[in-house]
Amino acid sequence: MNHFPAWKNILLIVVFLLGSVYALPNLYGEDPAVQVSPLRNAVINDILLADIKEKLNGGNVELASSELSEKQLLLRFSDTGNQLKAADIIRDALAKNYVVALNLAPATPEWLRALNAFPMYLGLDLRGGVHFLLDVDMAAAEKQSISRQALDIRQYLRENKLRYLSVLVSDETIRIKFRNLDVQSQALEKLSRQFRTWEFSTELENTITPTLIANMSAKELAAVKKYALQQNIITLKNRVNELGVAEPVIQQQGDRRIVVELPGVQDTARAKEILGATATLEYHLVDVEHSLSAAISGRVPLGSKLYNKRDGGQVLLKKQVIVTGNEIIDASSGIENDTGSAMVSVSLDGPGGKKMSKTTRNNTGKPMAVVFIENRSDIKRVNGELVRHKTIVEEVINVATIRGHFSNRFQTTGLDNSAEARDLALLLRAGALAAPIDIVEERTVGPSLGQDNITKGFQSVLIGFVLVLIFMAIYYKTFGLFADIALATNLILIIAILSLLQATLTLPGIAGIVLTVGMAVDANVLIFERIKEELKNGNSAQASIQAGYEKAFSTIADANITTLIAAIILFGFGTGPIKGFAITLSIGILTSMFTAIIGTRALVNLTYGNRQINTLKI
Amino acid sequence: MNDPYTIKVDFLSKRHIALVLSSLLLIISITSLATQGLKKGIDFTGGTLVEMSFPKPADLGELRGLLLEANFHGATVQHFGSSKEVLIRLLPDTALNTAALSNRVLGLVNTSFSQTGELRRAEFVGPQVGEELSEDGGLALIYALICILIYVTFRFEYRFAIGSVAALGHDVIITLGVFSVFQFEFDLTVLAAILAVIGYSLNDTIVVFDRVRENFRKLRKGTPIEVVNISLNQTLSRTIMTSVTTLLVLLALFFLGGEIIHDFAMALIIGVLVGTYSSIYIASPITLALGISKADLMVVKVDQSELDKIP
Repeated sequence: MNHFPAWKNILLIVVFLLGSVYALPNLYGEDPAVQVSPLRNAVINDILLADIKEKLNGGNVELASSELSEKQLLLRFSDTGNQLKAADIIRDALAKNYVVALNLAPATPEWLRALNAFPMYLGLDLRGGVHFLLDVDMAAAEKQSISRQALDIRQYLRENKLRYLSVLVSDETIRIKFRNLDVQSQALEKLSRQFRTWEFSTELENTITPTLIANMSAKELAAVKKYALQQNIITLKNRVNELGVAEPVIQQQGDRRIVVELPGVQDTARAKEILGATATLEYHLVDVEHSLSAAISGRVPLGSKLYNKRDGGQVLLKKQVIVTGNEIIDASSGIENDTGSAMVSVSLDGPGGKKMSKTTRNNTGKPMAVVFIENRSDIKRVNGELVRHKTIVEEVINVATIRGHFSNRFQTTGLDNSAEARDLALLLRAGALAAPIDIVEERTVGPSLGQDNITKGFQSVLIGFVLVLIFMAIYYKTFGLFADIALATNLILIIAILSLLQATLTLPGIAGIVLTVGMAVDANVLIFERIKEELKNGNSAQASIQAGYEKAFSTIADANITTLIAAIILFGFGTGPIKGFAITLSIGILTSMFTAIIGTRALVNLTYGNRQINTLKI
Repeated sequence: MNDPYTIKVDFLSKRHIALVLSSLLLIISITSLATQGLKKGIDFTGGTLVEMSFPKPADLGELRGLLLEANFHGATVQHFGSSKEVLIRLLPDTALNTAALSNRVLGLVNTSFSQTGELRRAEFVGPQVGEELSEDGGLALIYALICILIYVTFRFEYRFAIGSVAALGHDVIITLGVFSVFQFEFDLTVLAAILAVIGYSLNDTIVVFDRVRENFRKLRKGTPIEVVNISLNQTLSRTIMTSVTTLLVLLALFFLGGEIIHDFAMALIIGVLVGTYSSIYIASPITLALGISKADLMVVKVDQSELDKIP
């Protein structure tokens, strides 16, 4: 009477086999690898691979294997010594168009990779690395957008010969004053047609000077914020590429936050410098007509300004800006062919190129300086209020002589070394950000702690698991063994599902697995206790089994659904590590119901199903 | 002797003692929470934390002096796990609160301390993030309780829902109380543990309620108190078994999981113990006190003839 239909047994076997296959990649270790990914319009192809292979051969570095995909080239090595040597060789060979990063690539065999089976994705607390949460200053983004709009309105009014008294920005509105009502109504009509995302209205109280009030529409405001976030994400992606990180994560979180995760990065100071500051640039001419020493002693000529140089000393620059960072399209470092010294190539956009052309035509032979303007901001608590404290640091990062007339492409040469060139290029590129960003959260885990966490997590899963196995086997005898087999299968299934979903496994996630192991047997305990009760009531063994499973089911379902509710809420509110806990707990609840109810039942049926029995070992 | 409906342990006769005990624990917990509060970790207060490991045991006094000299006032320095590992904490208002702070501490220690160490962990949480996490954490607890209240009302009856949520509130307050009384650090992982405690304790309560409902429907005689007592007895061995297996794995986590998971495991151990107790002594007595009876749990049978009359 206790017999499963064939399909149920087959289903169990299929699930078990699939689970085993997808859990399998976790048993293989990792290979030291070098990952090459293209920047901008660089390509990854066989020619590049052949080139790298040749260079590695020349450097006596043994390549274990290589994988070529559209997005990246992965080169595996037998040990870290070879890996590091190879990374140096490849970096020198490829220079600026590729990101060359050290990585640990999963040593999953080919046939498993073909099945899309990969090991679990380890969180930063297990593999080591940095996690940043960045907050985009939306008020600043809004302000920038409003002042830009005010400029456009002014220009439009001028071009259309609509004479105005003033265009002023106050808070979130733009106030445009006119000499008479006639111009005002004309302007209202034209402006409303031209600037559709803005809402224009006449100010009624002010009858002396006719005034128009312009407000950004709610839709436009949302768009501005979205744009600020998107632009920051793109800029951050570019900057992170500079850091040479193998698998960086840059994601939006909520409507104003950005998460940046950099696995394996240890030099957090550099990462923070690059991520945290918002920077702009300005090219200025050096004021050579006036004396620098006079300026230092206090007599700064009109139209000029004294600046500090980054490497010490001061320089007098003309106040007029040639081009700003917004007009820079690209900047990259390299080696100058004839002199062999480090240099930076810069490309400007159309308007920037025109301005540069105009300046350089008349100023050949004169020095030009790059001013780097950094907005550092931090948040302090003053009398319980959070106050953003801003400092603007202006520094001259480079002074170079204009050697000839150029427009939108030029080189800055005479840099000390390639590291300096790289930094200058990076700073130039970091040029424009839509809105300032602050690091509001940082979590760094060193490699030794990551490894410790893995070891300790693994140990506690193992010991907890073995303890439960022994306890169940002693207490429930044969049935305890069934529960043990179910529990082991459950563990395999959890690992398989985590691997398949590529959900991030964190230390609290491992704790979730441990907890699931303890709680998963609950379903079996409920069933076995029911069977015992039925036996006590004098029912036959077969009937007791049947009744035990049946009666325990609704209890198991109710109990697990309520736990699942708690886990889902945890997932909804939690951040990184907590989410990991919620995920493993939820998966564990679902798989445990499957293995504990259907899995053990199949084992019970196979053992006792088709024969007359008088006693059960329970 | 083999009658499953006998009462071996008369749990409910001791429910008044339990009431006194629980009230006492609740009063202590709430008083402690109100007066000294929780020792919140930097997840909730905001601040900076640097964990370093050294090749030799580190002299905390020297390290403190060093930090004080460099104007890191109010820095707390302690051993973490072993004497070779050191945890340095800086509260948000004691120093310039930027993400660069941890690097400055690290740089200082590695240039001026008697031995150089390796960075194990650095955390910075901005004050506004800390505030948000506190708020979100509180909200998560409340949402969890409300959702459970709804589910249990829907599956059982409102008196059971009130009983189970009261038991959960009891468990959460006492677990928090233990953390407050002993000033254990309360961080995000501990909060996660408390939510897991809710799940676990509820699991226990639901199993008992399920049996109570079944017995109310099945048993012809017996007062509600007797029915509940019988149900508690029938589920007793399961309650103990599951608590034991869960505690086994939690002890493994507590002793082997490492410092970071230590407080998490402790919160769960306390929660499992309190949760097991509350599903017997809080959830059921409250449901009884609310006047649950046989009539409330009978399956409503739809009268077919009534339905037929509807055109």
